[in-house]
Amino acid sequence: MSIDINNVTKRFGDFVALDDVSVSIPTGQLTALLGPSGGGKSTLLRIIAGLDSADSGKISIEGTDATKLPPQKRNVGFVFQHYAVFKHMSVAKNVAFGLEIRKKPKAEVERRVEELLQLVHLSQFSHRMPNQLSGGQRQRMALARALAVEPTVLLLDEPFGALDAKVRKELRDWLRRLHDEVHVTTVFVTHDQEEALEVADEIVVINEGRVEQIGSPDQLYDEPANDFVMSFLGEVTQLDGKTVRPHDIELALQPVGNGELAGTVSRVLRVGFEVKLTVHLESGDDVLVTMTRSHMRHIGVEEGSKVWLTISKGAITVPIHGGVPTPA
Amino acid sequence: MVSVSTPVRWILRILAVGYVFFLVAWPTALLAYRTFQDGLSNVIDTFQEPDVQAALLLTGRVALIAVAINLVFGVTVSILLVRYEFPGKRLLSAMIDVPLSVSPVVVGLSLVLVYNGRDGWFGPSLEDNGITVIFNTPGLIMATCFVALPLVIREVVPVLHEIGNDQEQAARSLGASAPQTFWRITLPSIKWAVVYGVVLSTARSVGEFGAVKVVSSNLRGKDLTATLMVENKYQNFQQDQAYAIAFLLVLVSIACLVVVAVLRPNTED
Repeated sequence: MSIDINNVTKRFGDFVALDDVSVSIPTGQLTALLGPSGGGKSTLLRIIAGLDSADSGKISIEGTDATKLPPQKRNVGFVFQHYAVFKHMSVAKNVAFGLEIRKKPKAEVERRVEELLQLVHLSQFSHRMPNQLSGGQRQRMALARALAVEPTVLLLDEPFGALDAKVRKELRDWLRRLHDEVHVTTVFVTHDQEEALEVADEIVVINEGRVEQIGSPDQLYDEPANDFVMSFLGEVTQLDGKTVRPHDIELALQPVGNGELAGTVSRVLRVGFEVKLTVHLESGDDVLVTMTRSHMRHIGVEEGSKVWLTISKGAITVPIHGGVPTPA
Repeated sequence: MVSVSTPVRWILRILAVGYVFFLVAWPTALLAYRTFQDGLSNVIDTFQEPDVQAALLLTGRVALIAVAINLVFGVTVSILLVRYEFPGKRLLSAMIDVPLSVSPVVVGLSLVLVYNGRDGWFGPSLEDNGITVIFNTPGLIMATCFVALPLVIREVVPVLHEIGNDQEQAARSLGASAPQTFWRITLPSIKWAVVYGVVLSTARSVGEFGAVKVVSSNLRGKDLTATLMVENKYQNFQQDQAYAIAFLLVLVSIACLVVVAVLRPNTED
């Protein structure tokens, strides 16, 4: 295991940011710390980097106890949400910083900087100042800078959080490909479940200072440990006393006699290819159902239609008030 | 912009220009006029006098040392105030503003109380060790440091707040030690604020009168600074010479203002 976090607790005044957290992060993988804002994931990342210190517990990196080590002795690369570029240095100087601190020979620094700028596709910008770069370029530069010191682990704190949606998506794919090339143990913090599901090999779901679940994207999606994990990984709705994903609900215009619940379509909202239907049940509850636009046309449902709902076979459901998930 | 009628606009302009003219421009111009009234001979005579030269040198030395001390102290305190939490931080921040609000005469008097050689708190023991503070250069430096104390800090603190500590943390994570981070990251980021603070401190230190008046023995050739020399000359009916020294002081202030004006736009990047 590359990073071992044992029983780490951190408080800010009365607020418990991390409550007895233990996680092991495997070598060479891309791991996501996923959770809502204020859930403690950034704090955990900063404690791994040594930028914050834990009140109690232990951190070890590659088998070395790092709990008391200052950040500069941990050999981690850290990428900040707001880039933290050195504004008074050129792109090349930014990337060279860690190498110059380590007093590497000049020729080696130059060669390495060139290599890294090539890796992040910024070669032609090496003499620019950071304020002449776009957000995405700055973040790529920050990544090259962190990689320059050949860190044992690379830590990214909401790396794409300050970028617009399109650039985010590009950089996300790019990070995945970069990781496949470089293979450095990488941990990144995100509150975007799509980002985590798409990029990570392993996801650690953190909420209110506790680890809710650790697993591969598939495991998390197919076997959510609880209500929270299920609802955090995607939209959920409630039907028949269970939490279920809205695309796992089957909707019919006639009852088939299979314990369906009857209701009326009260609202139809189209988002691109997808349609979100709000169904007002006879019991008074509202249920969200999603389907593709073409499927909706096919069955001929519209606002005001009387419909019958049932949970699809094999869908993942979780009983509403806690409990273990079961396939329906 | 709110639109204002033409007559009102003219009245406002005349008021503003007139105010500055009668209060600043005219008196200063008159000073220059009186300095050069009889050609350059008055100026040359004045600055050839050994006592005047000694006073100017003393002012230069006191200002240089006071600014150097305030530079080091100011940057250190600024970083302490912005980057660290400690008990008494707000009190320290408030204390730093005292020199802005308290009269320089009070500063001089309080220094005399603490450091005078006869019944001051530290004075006698310092004097036993051969250090005379009051009526001597150390006293002048202390008084000048005191009055110029907040100038560097009040320039640097907002800039430190603005740049945040992201860059410093990034440097640390890249392997830089605390001193390396300071020299390579923090200092270059606050460079212009520091320069601006130094220029302001220099102007303030060169022009200080009230505080040094109290701690100086006011003896020519001993510890009379340039501003005190102006007063001394004036009261000895050597007005023309007083004007010449005063004019030089004005030139120094204007030079400082020009430096600031040239530097200011550079801070915005």
